[in-house]
Amino acid sequence: MNLAYYPGCALHGSSNDYEQSLRACLETLDVHLKEIDDWICCGATAAHSLNQKLSVALPARNLALAEDEGFREMLAPCPMCSMQLLKARKALAEDEALRRSVSEIVELEVRGETQVLNLIQLFETIGLDRLKAAVKAPLGSICAACYYGCLLTRPASVVEFDDCEQPRSMEKILEALGGKTVDWNYRTECCGAGMTMANEQTVLDLSHKILSNAAAHGANCLVVACPMCHVNLDMKQPDIERHYGVRHAMPIYYLSDVVGLALGFKPEALGIDRHFVGKA
Amino acid sequence: MAAGMDIPPTRLIRLLQLGHAERALEAQAIWQCVSCQTCATRCPKSVDCAGVMDALRQLSAERGVATPEQQRTVLFQKAFLRNIRRNGRLNELELIGEFKFSTFLHGRSLSFLFKDATLAPQLMKRKKFHLVGEKAHDRAVVARIFARCMDNSLL
Repeated sequence: MNLAYYPGCALHGSSNDYEQSLRACLETLDVHLKEIDDWICCGATAAHSLNQKLSVALPARNLALAEDEGFREMLAPCPMCSMQLLKARKALAEDEALRRSVSEIVELEVRGETQVLNLIQLFETIGLDRLKAAVKAPLGSICAACYYGCLLTRPASVVEFDDCEQPRSMEKILEALGGKTVDWNYRTECCGAGMTMANEQTVLDLSHKILSNAAAHGANCLVVACPMCHVNLDMKQPDIERHYGVRHAMPIYYLSDVVGLALGFKPEALGIDRHFVGKA
Repeated sequence: MAAGMDIPPTRLIRLLQLGHAERALEAQAIWQCVSCQTCATRCPKSVDCAGVMDALRQLSAERGVATPEQQRTVLFQKAFLRNIRRNGRLNELELIGEFKFSTFLHGRSLSFLFKDATLAPQLMKRKKFHLVGEKAHDRAVVARIFARCMDNSLL
C-alpha cells in the first residue's frame, strides 16, 4: 500500500517520537509513505482563529501538492492537520467559486479529491485481522485508557470518523493486539490542545482531570493519537504533578507505540525512551 | 470547556442574537475557548459555535478590545502565523522566543519571560528539538499566499 504522507510541523519537531514509531509500524505492515514534496504548515488554530481565508488556503495547497503527485489518499497523523485538511476539502467541494479562487491564491489547481486519513483509520484500512496476525508480543500487561481528545472525532460533519461521543475505534485496535482497555469518562474531553504556552493553566487543569479519571478507572497507561495530547499529558505531566501536589506517573503512549510494541519492537526503536514520563 | 467560562457558548450566541456584540467581544470566554468543537458538536440547533468563537476572536483582535492577559493568546497566534509566513513550516524554538519576547513587550512580566527556560534543554536531551528548524523550499509562495489572504500589517 502506497500513500501520501503529510507529517505536519509537530511530527518534524518536538513530536518526532510519534513519527519514529508510526514509521516503524507501517514499514513492518508493508505500508509505504511518500512524504508530500515541499508541504507547508496547515495553519492550525492560529489560522482559523485569525483569518478564515488563510485557514482554507494553507491546507488546500497541501491537498493540491498531493494530487499533483497522483495520490488519492493521504495520511495526516496529527488530528489538527487532518481536521484542517478535511475542513478545506469540504469547503472547496461545496463551493466551486471558492475552489477556483483558492486555486489562484495557492498557485495550484486544487481539486480537493484526496482522501485524508488519520492514523486510526489507516490501521483500520490495514485491517484488524492483519494486525492480529502480525502480533509478536501481545500487550498482556497493558490496561489502557484510550484518549481521543477533541479533533479526532469533532466536528463530526467534517471529520466523519467514529462516534463523536462514544468512539471505540482505538479500543478495538488495542484489544486486537491483546491489550485490555478501560471504560472511563474523559475520552473525548479536551486537554487544552495548542494552549500549552499561551494559556498554561487551562492545560494543567484539563490534563490533570484526564489523568486522574483514567487512573481512577484502573488504567495503567493512556493511549493517544495526537501530538498535542501527548505534549500536554506527557511533557506537562511533571508540571501538573507539581501544581496539584500529586503523583500521576502515568505513561502516555502514541497509538503507534502500542502497535509497535505488539509487533515486537523494543521501546527504544519506537522513541518511547524519549517520552518525559517513564514506565511506571 | 464551557464550565470555566465567564459567558458560556449558549449565552454568547444569545447575546449576538440580541445584538449585544460588544458584550460578547469583551467576554473572557472567547480567549478561553480552545476550539475543542464540543459546543458545535452538541448544539441541538447545529449552530457552529466554535466558528462563531473564531469570528469573535478575529473581530476582537481587529478592534483591539482584548486586554493584555487575553492578548497573550492573540500574541501567540500572531507569532505562530509570522513564523509560518517566514519559514513555510513552524519552527518551535523561534516561535517560543518570539512569543515570549512579544508578551514581555506587552506585559513586562519577567517571570513569564523565563518560565519555560528549562524546557528547551530537556527537549534537546530527548532529541525533540533542533536548533535549526525545517523550512519549506518555496517560501516565496507561502508569503504570496499570506499576502492574498490578509493584510500583512495585522500580523
